[in-house]
Amino acid sequence: MNKSASSKQTVSSTQTASLTQPLSSQSVSKIQKDFISSHQKRKRMIFYIRILILIAFFALWEFSARVGILDAFIFSSPVRILNCMIQMASDGSLFYHTGITIAETIISFLLVTGIGLFVAVLLWTKQSLSEILEPYLVVLNSLPKTALAPVLIVWLGNNIKTIIVAAVSVAVFGTILTIYTGFQSVDPEKIKLIYTFQGTRKDVLFKVILPSTVPLIISTMKVNIGLSLVGVIIGEFLAANAGLGYLIIYGSQVFKLDWVLMSILILCVLAGILYLITERLEKRYGRLK
Amino acid sequence: MKSILELDNVSYSYHSLDGETSALQNISFTVASGEFIAIVGPSGCGKSTLLSLISGLIKPETGSILINGTENNAGNTNIGYMLQKDHLFEWRTVYSNVTLGLEIQHKLTPERLTKVDQMLETYGLAGFTKQRPSELSGGMRQRAALIRTLAMEPDLLLLDEPFSALDYQTRLEVCDDIATIIKRERKTAILVTHDLSEAISVGNRVIILSKRPGTIQRIVPISFSIPDCTPMQSRNAKEFQEYFNTIWKELNHHE
Repeated sequence: MNKSASSKQTVSSTQTASLTQPLSSQSVSKIQKDFISSHQKRKRMIFYIRILILIAFFALWEFSARVGILDAFIFSSPVRILNCMIQMASDGSLFYHTGITIAETIISFLLVTGIGLFVAVLLWTKQSLSEILEPYLVVLNSLPKTALAPVLIVWLGNNIKTIIVAAVSVAVFGTILTIYTGFQSVDPEKIKLIYTFQGTRKDVLFKVILPSTVPLIISTMKVNIGLSLVGVIIGEFLAANAGLGYLIIYGSQVFKLDWVLMSILILCVLAGILYLITERLEKRYGRLK
Repeated sequence: MKSILELDNVSYSYHSLDGETSALQNISFTVASGEFIAIVGPSGCGKSTLLSLISGLIKPETGSILINGTENNAGNTNIGYMLQKDHLFEWRTVYSNVTLGLEIQHKLTPERLTKVDQMLETYGLAGFTKQRPSELSGGMRQRAALIRTLAMEPDLLLLDEPFSALDYQTRLEVCDDIATIIKRERKTAILVTHDLSEAISVGNRVIILSKRPGTIQRIVPISFSIPDCTPMQSRNAKEFQEYFNTIWKELNHHE
C-alpha cells in the first residue's frame, strides 16, 4: 500500500504541475486521500495512547503496592479492588449499591428537569413574579448546597428523601435561572410574528419560546445529570445506608479502602456512561438552531 | 373606489423613565381597496410604529384608525403583517411554517390548505415543503413568508421593510416578485421602506414622513406611461427619475 501511494504521489504532482485546472469532482484527489488517512492515523494514535495511559496507571499502581512503595492497606490496589468487586458481585451487594445510586440520580435528574422547566415557564408567564423572586433565586443558586445537607437530615430524616432533596437542591436553581434567561433571549420579533397572527401568549409559549429553547434545555440537562450525581453522593455521605456514597464513607470509617476506591472507580465509569448518553441526546435533538 | 383604511389625526408617543418621545403626530390618510401605498421617511421617523398602529398591536393615543369602516379591536379585522426578517422557524418544515398563521387561528380547513398548496405551486415552492427553512435561498424564504401571510387571506397587507435583510441583487428580484404576487392576488398593501426607488417602483402613492415626530410631509401619486408594468420595468420608465428627484428633494428639504 505504501508503494502504490508513493507512486501515485509522483503522478499527481506531475499532473498538478502540468494542469492548472480546478480539481475534477469525479474522483477523490490524492491530497484529499492523504488528508483523510493522516486524520485517521491521528485518531487511532489518540485512542491507543488513551488506553495506554489507563493500563500504565493501573500497572504502576499495582506494582507500587506489590513492592511496598504504596501501602496497599491505605491505597488498595487494582487486584484487591478486582477481588473485592468479584466478591461483592457474587453476593449481589455490588449491584445493590450501584443500582441505588443510579436510581437516586435518575429520580433527582428528572425532578430537577421537571421542576426547573415548570418554574421557568411560571416565571415567564408572570413577569412581576420573576422580578420579585430574582434576588432569592440568585442567592439560593450561589449558596453552597452542602450547607443545607445537615439541616435536611434533621428535617427529613436519615433516608432517601434527604438524598433526593439534597441532589435536587444542587441543580434546580441554576436550571431555573438558565432556562428562564433562555426564554427571555428569544428574538422579540419572532414573538411579534405570533401576535400579528392574533396569537395568544399560550401560542407564543408553545410555538416560539419552548421550541426555540430546546437546544438550551438539552444542554442544561447535560449539566444536570452530572450535578445530580454529585448531589446524590453528597446526600449519601450524610444520610444513607446504601449506595456508592455510603460505601465510600462507611469504607473509610472502617478502613476498608478497597470499598472506597472500588466505589470511586465505579463512579468514574457511571459518569462516563451518563456523559455518553447525554451527548447522544444532544446530537439528536440539540441542533435545531 | 371604496376605502379600506382610514387614519384620522393619529398620534402616538413612547414612554420611558427618561421621558416621553413623540413618534407620530396628526397622521391622516386613506387607502382605497387594491391600492399599493409606499411610506418613506428618515430613519426613526415612526414608519414601523405606524404599521404597528394599523395592525392593532398598539393603540393610538389620539385619533382613530378605521378598517373597512370599523375600529380595529385586535382580532376582528384581518391584517397580514410582514416583518423585516422572514422569521421562518427552523424547527418547523417549510410547509408547517407557511401554515403557522392558520394553525394559530385554528383555520386549517381543506379549502385554505388547497389555497396554500396552489400558492406554493405557483410561486415555485411546491418541491420544498418538507425541507427546513435554512435549505431555502433568501428569495425563497421571503416568498414562503409572504405565502404564510397570504394564507390568512388578509384584507390589508402591511410590509415592514421586508427586503432590507437581503443583498441588493436578491432584493431587486424579490421586490419584483412580491409586488407582482400582491398585485396578482389583488391585495391592498402598505410598504414601509427607506429605499426611494423601491417605493416609487411599487407604490401607487408614496407617503413621505418628516423627521421625528413623524408627520405627513407630502403624498406623491405615482403613475407610469408603461401600462401594468412590474416594479422592475417601471424603473426604466422615463417618469421614474422625476419622481425620484421630487421625493429626494422633499426628504432633504427640511433637514
